[in-house]
Amino acid sequence: MIEATDVRFSYASKIEALKGVTLTVKDGEFLAIMGQNGAGKSTFVKHFNGLLKPTSGKVIVDGVETTKTSVASLARNVGFVFQNPDHQLFSETVEEEIAFALKNFGFAADVIEKRVTWALELLSLAQYRKTSPFLLSGGERKRVALASVLAWNPQTLILDEPTIGQDHEQKEKLTQFILQMQAQGKTVVIVTHDVEFVAECNPRVVLMKEGKIVAEGMGKDILTNPQILAESSIVLPQIAQVFSKLSALGFPKNVIDIYEAEKIILNAVGSKQR
Amino acid sequence: MSVFDGLKFRKVYSPIHNLDPRVKFIYVISIFAVAIIFAQIIPLLFLFVLQVPFVLLARVQRQWLRSLRGAAFLAAVIFAVNVGSSFFYAGYKIAPPAVESALALTLRFVVLVESSSVFFLTTSPDHLGLALEESHVPYEFAFAFTTAVRFVPVLAEEAQTIMDAQKARGLELEKGGLMKRIRNYIPVLIPLIVSAIRRSLELAEAMESRAWGATKKRTNLYSLKLHKGDYALLAITIGILIAAVYIRLYVPIPTIVHLL
Amino acid sequence: MAIIETKNLTYTYPSAAKPSIAEVSIKVEKGEFVLITGPSGCGKTTLCRCFNGLIPHFYQGEMKGEITVAGEDVLRRHTYEMAKHVGLVFQNPENQLFALSVEKDVAFGLENLGVSRPEIRKKVDWALNQTGIYDLRERSPHEISGGQQQRVAIAAVLAMEPEIIVLDEPTSFLDPLSAQKIFDVIYDLNRKQGITVILVEHRLDLTAKYANHLIVMDEGKVRFEGDPREILSSEETRLIGVGIPKATLLYKMLKKDGLNMDGNTPLSSEELAEQLLETLRAK
Repeated sequence: MIEATDVRFSYASKIEALKGVTLTVKDGEFLAIMGQNGAGKSTFVKHFNGLLKPTSGKVIVDGVETTKTSVASLARNVGFVFQNPDHQLFSETVEEEIAFALKNFGFAADVIEKRVTWALELLSLAQYRKTSPFLLSGGERKRVALASVLAWNPQTLILDEPTIGQDHEQKEKLTQFILQMQAQGKTVVIVTHDVEFVAECNPRVVLMKEGKIVAEGMGKDILTNPQILAESSIVLPQIAQVFSKLSALGFPKNVIDIYEAEKIILNAVGSKQR
Repeated sequence: MSVFDGLKFRKVYSPIHNLDPRVKFIYVISIFAVAIIFAQIIPLLFLFVLQVPFVLLARVQRQWLRSLRGAAFLAAVIFAVNVGSSFFYAGYKIAPPAVESALALTLRFVVLVESSSVFFLTTSPDHLGLALEESHVPYEFAFAFTTAVRFVPVLAEEAQTIMDAQKARGLELEKGGLMKRIRNYIPVLIPLIVSAIRRSLELAEAMESRAWGATKKRTNLYSLKLHKGDYALLAITIGILIAAVYIRLYVPIPTIVHLL
Repeated sequence: MAIIETKNLTYTYPSAAKPSIAEVSIKVEKGEFVLITGPSGCGKTTLCRCFNGLIPHFYQGEMKGEITVAGEDVLRRHTYEMAKHVGLVFQNPENQLFALSVEKDVAFGLENLGVSRPEIRKKVDWALNQTGIYDLRERSPHEISGGQQQRVAIAAVLAMEPEIIVLDEPTSFLDPLSAQKIFDVIYDLNRKQGITVILVEHRLDLTAKYANHLIVMDEGKVRFEGDPREILSSEETRLIGVGIPKATLLYKMLKKDGLNMDGNTPLSSEELAEQLLETLRAK
């Protein structure tokens, strides 16, 4: 469990990036932190594994205050997948890349071997085991970065802007993957501004603006509230956009799922024909 | 990253900042030349004090003093080496003239450092880049300079991100003996280098797409024009040079030892 | 005459096993707003770089077939000559800006072309105004947001007054609101200045409504080309892996369910909402 209490954070340049953020992330939760670029989402999330320490306020991860322990020990349970895989890749083979963190955490050699194989299978990278990560395509490199974090099986997974530059199919696979992790009981936190992606997954949503949390709730409600979204410079997902213009017909406004939309419309048509 | 703070130009507007960098450069080179002509304390002290009004006019006192502090260590080393070597050669005796000449050499070093510091503190990278472009230096050189300056903060941020990404995978940079600690930086250096290479390729693409190399006669949006202040500085510079040469040739300079 | 025409264009990167684009034959008319899409690796980025000569001149490799852009045979012209006709805006905003101030960056291309100073000043100011960033002109590129940086990149290309502007996933790194601003700027340039626009994008929900010419690529080949409404309502397109706009998908689903809606296949939420209002009010 991650508990952030009144977290304030200022960078060295004296810019206050977080102005008192309080949030609890329960084990096994699926959370999306959204907001405009510069709202403080990435800054906040870097407190979860101790990369950043609050200037005031506290962050407690699994009962341990982050200022009292190292990033390495926090990372053991909080895996952070950065936006750009090229900021992580450096090894000669994909295998070594995935083993890197395992070695850092002191896993035994045979365990490392097993974990690497497992991660490769999980992300369909088995054929690239001995390949240099630099020779892979953009999407494949993203999977290698992800595999290298999953390998040590952290309880919490943080994904920073995982959908950037991904095509439709890759995003679908990502959604499936997240739901799979969820089913395994992992806590998943994604930092994103991709409303359509969030609309697909429907997690709990936390909306940030200028260093503060301005809204919190289920995706369905947050993403369909035009005032909230306008304030935090997020656009409505397409389905919600359609329904916001159909309020004259008495349709509900908080629709983000395409199948639900279909049902509602057909019902309305059906009832009119009666 | 405090190292890079020194390079971050602060947008201050003062008469010194607005001077043409080329004229300032000529001034600094002249100071260099004069500092080398003399090996006695009095003229070198005079040169040092000459910088002060510029520093005050440009309102860069704090940064200038900070660079003085930075030079202090090396200055002390120069002094010690000179005194030390004269100590040995004079048969284990410390002679006042030797000390004085060691002091003079140290002062010369300080003058060289301080006058170039004033130059860089009062010249923005854009201004410097423009001066390079306008002074018949091949354009590629000026371009490389401004592009490098432009990307320094970008690379610094990226280095920080990469370190964060690897720390998040359990990398402990400060752990272990010297060799281990050096090896710890490999997961930081390789992505940084690879990223720099990728970045240069993307930049090259962008340059080509914007007609790089279309003509040898490149024009410029801006131009540097000389103003009254520039001519004044030029006059001062020439005055100093003439005076220095005259004094050097005809005026004997007393040493402090002599005066005491 | 078409402003861009390719015949059986095939290109293989040096030391690549197979071509990145194969037998691509397309025609783009002056003033069109072309949208190129397709799954990752389909060759759309490669195709973009053929339009201004980066391929084959910068990338070397093997090129077969013909390509004519703005009346020029790209294979016979230097990239810097093509730059006068085709402007290329890339994905990463940061890596397209070299100068220490926005207006110097916008002037870069004109300086390279040896244009006179007063002309440069005029064109730079014009381009800055067209893209809505005139008050940012003295700022350093590092201080401004990603969306603003991309507008600088567009202005920098626009200043050279090309007939064609090609944009390769220009909003990948931007949030939806900034992305929308970019698309508005591009659409404006297309409508008001008559500039032919070629936009490569995944996010069809934001962009499909602007295009009057859609090209879908897959594995180096052009699979579909033509009217966006037709192509996006076809099941085959969806199966390739193209992200059909949700509004279009919902429309298809409702039609299949038997709902009778007049009018064209919608490409945006506004169009679908309009149609639904009409259909449901009529009943």
